[in-house]
Amino acid sequence: MSKQTQHWEATRNLLWVTLAIWFVFSIGIFFFGAEMEASSFRPLGYPLSYYMTCQGSLGIFVILIFWFANKQEKIDEKFGFSEKEDK
Amino acid sequence: MIKGKFIDNLPKIYGIYTGGFLGFIILMAICESAGMSAKLIGIFFVAFTVSIYAIIGYLSRTLQLDAYYVAGRQVPTVFNGMATAADWMSGASFVAMAGGIYFKGYGYMALLVGWTGGYVLVASLLAPYLRKFGCYTVPDFIGTRYGGNIARLSAVLVLTVASFTYVTAQINATGTIASVALDIPFGIAVYIGLASILICSMLGGMRAVTWTQVAQYIVLIIAYLLPVFWISNKMGAGIFPHLMLADEVARIADLESQFGLGTIKNTAADLATVPKGLAGITKAHSSVNATPWAFISLAVCMMAGTASLPHVMMRYFTTPSVKTARRSVGWSLFFIFLLYSSAPMLATLSKLSLMDPNLATGIIGKSISEVQALDWYQNWNQANLMFVSDFNGNGTLELNEFFMGGKAVVLATPEIAGLPYVISGLVAAGGMAAAMSTADGLVLAIANALSHDLYYKIIDPKAETAKRLIVARVLLFLIGFAGASIAALEIQGILGSVIWAFDFAMSGLFFPLVLGVWWKRANAEGAIAGMLLGLASGTAYLIWVRNGGAGFWGVTQLTFGIVGSAVSLVSMVVVTLMTKEPDAATQRMVDEVRIPSGKAVLGRQH
Repeated sequence: MSKQTQHWEATRNLLWVTLAIWFVFSIGIFFFGAEMEASSFRPLGYPLSYYMTCQGSLGIFVILIFWFANKQEKIDEKFGFSEKEDK
Repeated sequence: MIKGKFIDNLPKIYGIYTGGFLGFIILMAICESAGMSAKLIGIFFVAFTVSIYAIIGYLSRTLQLDAYYVAGRQVPTVFNGMATAADWMSGASFVAMAGGIYFKGYGYMALLVGWTGGYVLVASLLAPYLRKFGCYTVPDFIGTRYGGNIARLSAVLVLTVASFTYVTAQINATGTIASVALDIPFGIAVYIGLASILICSMLGGMRAVTWTQVAQYIVLIIAYLLPVFWISNKMGAGIFPHLMLADEVARIADLESQFGLGTIKNTAADLATVPKGLAGITKAHSSVNATPWAFISLAVCMMAGTASLPHVMMRYFTTPSVKTARRSVGWSLFFIFLLYSSAPMLATLSKLSLMDPNLATGIIGKSISEVQALDWYQNWNQANLMFVSDFNGNGTLELNEFFMGGKAVVLATPEIAGLPYVISGLVAAGGMAAAMSTADGLVLAIANALSHDLYYKIIDPKAETAKRLIVARVLLFLIGFAGASIAALEIQGILGSVIWAFDFAMSGLFFPLVLGVWWKRANAEGAIAGMLLGLASGTAYLIWVRNGGAGFWGVTQLTFGIVGSAVSLVSMVVVTLMTKEPDAATQRMVDEVRIPSGKAVLGRQH
């Protein structure tokens, strides 16, 4: 298998993991809005459903993108496809 | 004071700028206590900030193609994040979002989740690959990846439909704010707004828009956060509202049941006396009030729309490298998060300050005549954003007898909470910055697609640089003017047309863009079918539902992108598989796009 194929495979795997996490917090949990509201887990005292829509999911997305960018940079480096620092 | 190149001094320059702006706010506060009129403060705020943007726009003028189209591809990560955040957060986000949350609660918050979650798709599926491609515009990618003028033209069509729907709303918002702050008729204010938008973009294209957007972000985030923190502290709700408003949210729920929310209904005859555009509190503040599908379908449309809207995507063409494009998406979302996570807090503070009888500002339960005598009530009633009426004739204001416009949550809350007028002036400047920055990005996206993809790539491929830049500027002017003329007609609300823009973009562009990178087999025939059939079916569904059609799958006129993109995906895959696979050169091009190193597919100047 060429280096490029391996690189793309690693990239694709990372994509699936990223999209899975994204799916859970953007779509998955909102199937259970009523259950979240009734939950006794209340971050900072807010109802869980309210918290996730105001801050929870939003904050997780921010962290997820930075995590993804780091991982992808490592993959690029590992297979020797990262850019030279031109600037 | 400043040595060396502009790019190397960015933190210093914008640091001085931010300090200067804070100094200006303090100066205005001093002027206010010295007796300057509220109206004059409003005018100063808007005039001062807009002229700064105009100066930046003028200083960034350029005669070079790559500076005009992609800001010379040298915008650093964090600054591009700020510019994207300003590009993204429109007048609707700034002025209308907190109001939407205030009135509609949980169901509306799907927009918050959608407008942030979409960036995960941007970062993982598209932005770094399109940056590697080296295109100037989104249709430039479609046209080169799939090959052929028809594919390019279809992409230009979808882009224009989506962005134009969006831009009229933004020019409308600029006009609304300018007309309130400068106290001039809306019909004139729209063109003043347009003039300020054009000054920022015409001479320097993407370069000018980038540096004004950074400046606009700084103004709008200060203008949004300062009042939220101030009101929260003044009410004693918490030093850091985002972390400390749980008691207030619970208190609103108590008050809602105490005041009989949902049990006391207004008659149709009573409601007919309420001025158009105003609404009462009819939905619970924090409890779940939407079905999972209603919430999720709206969120999905906003996410896919985010990943397909060209004015956002083209911001990532301006970074120095693929790596920085990726990180820049994270910074964009961080800067957006700062405002979006504050909107629900502002809605909470605003609602509680009006509802709670224990607070001095609370009006529910007071006598109607007492409320009608309040200064701020009279101001906002005159501006057609507030209304009370004694439906049951008991002389007391009940929860169901109080009506407000969505914009009032952001615009009026500082005044209701008793903050000095200087804050209201600041909020007007922030709203103006938000609407202008988005309008700039959109007008530029359309004009660039028409000048680069339609004029240069299809009509006159031999045109010289000077001519191309003149055409680009003339188109910019025409598009802006057309947008302003439609905005002046005031045919649609701000938020509705914003949501439509996302659905249009998603219907036509989402799958052709994503599959262009992730599916090597995808070919021109498939992409054209995907774009055109997706756009056509989405539009047809919208028209059908608007004209009383029943719809299916629970898809409403706000989520028609679900239908459009489903048709787009199916037709793209089917047509692709029925036709020849792309040639070897195209397949090599896709391989090249998938790795960050090496040359861009398209040259630096093309």
